[in-house]
Amino acid sequence: MKPQYKEEVIELLYQLADDDLLVSYRGSEWLGLVPHIEEDVAYSSITQNTMGHANIYYSLLEELGEGKVDDLAHLRPAGERKNAIILEEKNGPGHWLYGEPRYDWAFTVVRNYFYEAIKKRKIDSLKQSSYEPLRQVAVKIDTEIPYHLMHWRTWFEQLVRAGGEAEERMKAAVARVWEDIGGVLSLGPNEEKIVEAGLIESEAVLKERFLEDINKKFTELGLKMPGEPGMKKGDGRAGFHTEDLEEALAQLSEVYALNPAVPW
Amino acid sequence: MAVANPSLETLVKQQLETVCDPEITTVSIIDLGMVERVVVENGKATVELLPTFLGCPALGIIKAQVERALKQIRELEEVEVKYITSPPWTSDRITEKGKEGLKEFGIAPPPAKLEEDGTWEVACPYCGSKQSTMENIFGPSACRSIHYCKNCRNPFEAMKPIATM
Repeated sequence: MKPQYKEEVIELLYQLADDDLLVSYRGSEWLGLVPHIEEDVAYSSITQNTMGHANIYYSLLEELGEGKVDDLAHLRPAGERKNAIILEEKNGPGHWLYGEPRYDWAFTVVRNYFYEAIKKRKIDSLKQSSYEPLRQVAVKIDTEIPYHLMHWRTWFEQLVRAGGEAEERMKAAVARVWEDIGGVLSLGPNEEKIVEAGLIESEAVLKERFLEDINKKFTELGLKMPGEPGMKKGDGRAGFHTEDLEEALAQLSEVYALNPAVPW
Repeated sequence: MAVANPSLETLVKQQLETVCDPEITTVSIIDLGMVERVVVENGKATVELLPTFLGCPALGIIKAQVERALKQIRELEEVEVKYITSPPWTSDRITEKGKEGLKEFGIAPPPAKLEEDGTWEVACPYCGSKQSTMENIFGPSACRSIHYCKNCRNPFEAMKPIATM
């Protein structure tokens, strides 16, 4: 493998791995707090699958000499993380362990629905990637995605159609998530090289397909399209992050940092 | 030169028959379609397994069980067990024997086909009736969903259909 090519593979793998790690970490914080018990079963299943996707991307990085899977997930400081900022953001005020959690379900539904919709488009593109191990992993992940996408799409439709406070909250959540959903579509400062290497299609192409999906759904539900996906808080791929990421990393790696040999 | 050892290979496969998913003890990993390749060469057995779901917490346990089972074969000097992602595991890899084993455990085998709207129809593993409702597409593990049989009034689980798109 040419060093330049390898560099681009590594860059893209970190983006994919960190996205799945952070979104599933935020998902894990909802355990026991979601609206009803069936949702607890469903969301924890999705979260577990998504953590598995992060794991397989990290293992591809391990094969490329980047270090051990667990070290990559737990020990890299916030500044080195490549995840989109919208995925690191807290579920809401409070804390599942240390304080009364007042998490925002509308925000969670919208964030997950948009995330899975973009992920589906990315995975479809990765199935044609020039890097064979990534292509193979994408085929496997694609077998699990329909369940996730259907789940969040169903919640999205039902809460919007419910009208009243549910619809108002959903609209507010759409406006908020839209401001930063561009960060998930971003391929970072090295986009051009990543695309040139044939690893994935361009941001512009992925965005167009995502907007097509969302436009269709919004039209069906009578929602107004919010315009261009934003990246208001900055590009996580370029190392910009918020305090929420520091908090998430401290929590999720607390035990591992204390003693990596502790069995789970 | 590497010499294939068919009798040792048979022993290895026999041992693999004894390994089950820790949560479905009536179906071997062979009948679940998780064993992709077994190579026995110069006293070393290499087993390539396919993960059913990438985040399945049983993967590590299954791998350790395979290693333990194969280490009981005295003729083997070395055992290597690894997961590969290609070909992807799909639910149509479950054998007929595997499907029977699932039913015995109270789990309906995965349906062969999906309806156009993504839903599916399964027969109750207890009474065979198709008069059932899906209570939750997700279940107690990534690979299962929860159903209720209107005929014999038992809750039951079904393996999710998993296919390449």
